[in-house]
Amino acid sequence: MSADLTKTPTETPDESSEETATGTSRGAIPITAAQLPRLAPLLVAVVGAAVAAFFWLILDWPPVGSLIVGGIVYLLALPAWSLAVEGRRRATDRMMTGLVWTSAVIAMVPLVSLIYTVISKGAGVVNSEFLTYSLFATQLDQPPGIYHAIMGTLIITLGAAIISIPIGVLAAIYLVEYGKRNRLARMVTFLVDVMTGIPSIVAGLFAFALFTLLFGAGFQGGIGGSVALSLLMIPIVVRATEEMLRLVPDDLREAAYALGTPKWRTITKVVLPTTIGGIITGVTLSIARVIGETAPLLLIAGLAAKTNTNPFDGAMTTLPVQIYSFNSRQETIDLAWGAALVLIVIVLALNLVARLIGKFYAPKTGN
Amino acid sequence: MIRTSLRRAFIPGIAAATIFSMSACGASNEDSGNGDSENTGGSVESAGLSGVLKGAGATSQEKAQEAWTIAIQGANEGLEVQYQPVGSTDGRSAFVSGAAAFAGTDSALNDEEGQLTAATEQCGSEPIQIPAYVSPIAVAFNLPDIDVVQMSADTIAQIFDGKITNWSDVPDEQADGVELPDLDITPVHRSDDSGTTKNFTDYLGKAAPDSWSYEAEDAFPVDGEAADGTSGVIQQVSTIEGAIGYADNSQVEGLGKVSVGVGEEFVAPSPEGAAKVLEVSPPAEGVSDVDMAVSLDRTTTESGAYPVVLLSYLVACQSYDDAATEANVKGYLEYIVSDAGQETAASEAGSAPLGEATAAKAQEIVAKIGA
Amino acid sequence: MSTTTKDKPQAQEPVPRAITSVGDRVFAGLTLGASLLILAALASVFIFLFAKGLPGFNRAAEVYGPRADSFLGYVAPLLGGTVIAAIIALIIAVPLAWGIALVISHYAPKFIAVPVAYLVDLLAAVPSVVFGLWGVIVLAPKMVPAFDFLNSYFAWIPIFDGDVSNSGRTIITAGVVLAIMILPIITAITREVFSRTPRLNQEAALALGATRWEMMRLTVFPYGRSGMVSAAMLGLGRALGETMAVAMVLSLGGWSGNLLGPGNSSIAANIASKYKERSEDLLSVLIASGLVLFLLTFLVNFAARWIVGRAERKMAGA
Repeated sequence: MSADLTKTPTETPDESSEETATGTSRGAIPITAAQLPRLAPLLVAVVGAAVAAFFWLILDWPPVGSLIVGGIVYLLALPAWSLAVEGRRRATDRMMTGLVWTSAVIAMVPLVSLIYTVISKGAGVVNSEFLTYSLFATQLDQPPGIYHAIMGTLIITLGAAIISIPIGVLAAIYLVEYGKRNRLARMVTFLVDVMTGIPSIVAGLFAFALFTLLFGAGFQGGIGGSVALSLLMIPIVVRATEEMLRLVPDDLREAAYALGTPKWRTITKVVLPTTIGGIITGVTLSIARVIGETAPLLLIAGLAAKTNTNPFDGAMTTLPVQIYSFNSRQETIDLAWGAALVLIVIVLALNLVARLIGKFYAPKTGN
Repeated sequence: MIRTSLRRAFIPGIAAATIFSMSACGASNEDSGNGDSENTGGSVESAGLSGVLKGAGATSQEKAQEAWTIAIQGANEGLEVQYQPVGSTDGRSAFVSGAAAFAGTDSALNDEEGQLTAATEQCGSEPIQIPAYVSPIAVAFNLPDIDVVQMSADTIAQIFDGKITNWSDVPDEQADGVELPDLDITPVHRSDDSGTTKNFTDYLGKAAPDSWSYEAEDAFPVDGEAADGTSGVIQQVSTIEGAIGYADNSQVEGLGKVSVGVGEEFVAPSPEGAAKVLEVSPPAEGVSDVDMAVSLDRTTTESGAYPVVLLSYLVACQSYDDAATEANVKGYLEYIVSDAGQETAASEAGSAPLGEATAAKAQEIVAKIGA
Repeated sequence: MSTTTKDKPQAQEPVPRAITSVGDRVFAGLTLGASLLILAALASVFIFLFAKGLPGFNRAAEVYGPRADSFLGYVAPLLGGTVIAAIIALIIAVPLAWGIALVISHYAPKFIAVPVAYLVDLLAAVPSVVFGLWGVIVLAPKMVPAFDFLNSYFAWIPIFDGDVSNSGRTIITAGVVLAIMILPIITAITREVFSRTPRLNQEAALALGATRWEMMRLTVFPYGRSGMVSAAMLGLGRALGETMAVAMVLSLGGWSGNLLGPGNSSIAANIASKYKERSEDLLSVLIASGLVLFLLTFLVNFAARWIVGRAERKMAGA
């Protein structure tokens, strides 16, 4: 992949550098500047790997430490060489390219490790009984299942989405299109940021207090979970949508106005479709954010072994709560990994669907 | 124009329809009848109970409740027992407010916070309280090749207080062939508040008053390595060589267990030893005749008794407004205190079956429900 | 992405004027209503926290447990732990997230960018319980050598002095787990913002002879600044409020000031670990501590907004 670093489709291949070594001769700006060979990054990478191997095999350093040393060598050597040949600006560019890639690779390590752990520990548990049985048992040797939790998760999350998405998107539209920078809009923007800081357990406590106040003590139901999750979901939807709407060039809106389109039609037919990809990403993210929430659901939605599809009555288990419950006992920890794997696959599927919808709605772009 | 709108409504429509059509059907295991109930863990007679019975409370009982639930559901088609492991405090609150028909609690329902009075009001008469789950708390450690270490209560207290920091400094005499290594001790405690911690610190405070000056509390009073939940503690002790922790005996696997000094002998954790402690413990002060709350005798010298135990109660009303609930509670509790119920819990959750006298009294009290 | 939607608005011509003004008013009303609803929801959460938490500020000394005898003494160490863990997480996550976002939006070819973006989005969905499990089982033991290294060479810095945890379950590990948890959310928003930089601006910069990094600095970063900051803020909000993962990873205890040893706690983790078996008195204390956390995010957001505002004013002035 290092070979890709030198070329980008958008980059003009022959940039003339205004900087010469001395910077004094104004008369003749050279049209071409000295460049490193195309394979330079690869070459330096090999050197870095060699250094890492040296530390690891000869000096007997731990492999991670050696890798870090090798990486540092690569990150310093390439810009240094470039500085000598190509000048400061190209050297900076090469260093930043190296840093950007390095940080991405570093970040991927724990992410891949996590996914690997979940899959390797969870895959053995998941089978057709695990997916179609609930924990409601009448016999001691009945195989455990999480069907009830899968249904609970889908229903409660769907409820939260139905509450949050319209409110969130409409509020974002108000902030960007109507409120502009008036006082209310500024206040809402600020408070939405504050809302992201509500600890999930507090959201659960709030929903618990609200529903026990309205429907009497001990009320348990999926709808309470949906409300609690909405509190966590709305700020993310608002924030993501707002960011996207702000990025729509004003030219587009003005073009629509100039054609005599009323404002709300402009928003629904021009602005929203333009940003629909980003909004869907935001909504998907917000769903992903809340679908794995444990604490509030444990309080208000409860834990039932039997499948319950009515969010307005009775305890309803969700996957994270089930995972938590599995995890709290030594002999069911394996099941926790299996349930986690199922949850991740569900989110993957939701993600796919969201992307498909996004593609479907998105306007044809010029490029 | 209209056609596009339709087309655009199509995909989300299908998605929603899929979700709802999926939600229409129940889990595979719920459709089938309960024809053969051979494996229900003992003979449970069908009492024709039905409906949903709601209980809530201590997490310590969860495993036993699960076993009881399965057995009673197997015998009574149409009955669903929901035990919410929300913790003792919330369990008691749910019971007092009437949201749960019965509650499991690690500390007896009493009037320190006025809950007994409130529960009496809610029930219309004094609530019954029976010991349902007695389980030994093992002091588990991770030392290579050593399965049993003998320790007095004083030693355990000093280790968990950070006074003894090396295994070779343990003063108690060990069995032949056991040589404690020169290794740092890492005490591990529960980071979340729990009844297990309260019972463990209560034991230390009563059995080793000179070495343990802290109150019995849900939160562990000394800083150090801590982990979330029973499984967290076991996980933690298993990963650190030289670590020692406390956890429900039935959950401890693959670790060494401390034999605790009682009188002149050292006793390994066992359900029988735990049951013995309950037998010799006097009733708590000022309890009604349907309340079996005891104050555990941690300093007993009774031979074979294992005083580091967790005791969890079940609380229920003597009568309920709803006849079906009354029948359900009675049927369920009758099963729990029956020999079959206690055996199921013992084999599935590793708890100690109630002793004969205790069980007889509990059965007598449960019989008063709805009478 | 260029946004040339030429053919859409033409279809709207036949719509009569009178209806449009009604439609406009209804739509504007709807959006305003949604905004007000959010305000109301937030206000009710605040009022609820305040009403339920108020007694918690002044309980009898023994309610606050063995380590403190007043609310201030109770909440201050928790607050310290919360802030430190969140800062560690932010320091680690933000640069990495920017790196990933740039790789996805500008550096990598599509066949790498798409799966990477997908993987990162996916991780946003991993439940915090699983992050906690992974942190305890996989990450913590691997952190111990690094802690020993820090302790033996950097013990002259007070935060690295003192006992080194045998299990690796320290506040630094918790910070790393939090960093991984907030990485997806920061990355997703940042990359979306980066990829929305008008292509014309970018091409203009390149045409003027800018290197790729200079192009980033001149077009992509200024354009996405507020988005980058708000993404980081979202991440910070999540890091501050994260409950289960911290409660599981951290070896909870009193404040120690030593980042390599056991101990320390955070407000949210403390609520989670105390909530199950708590008395009514302690509940109000826990809710009051939740209120403190709430105020903390309030202040953090206030500061962030001020920073963004100042940067924007500077840009406008330049």
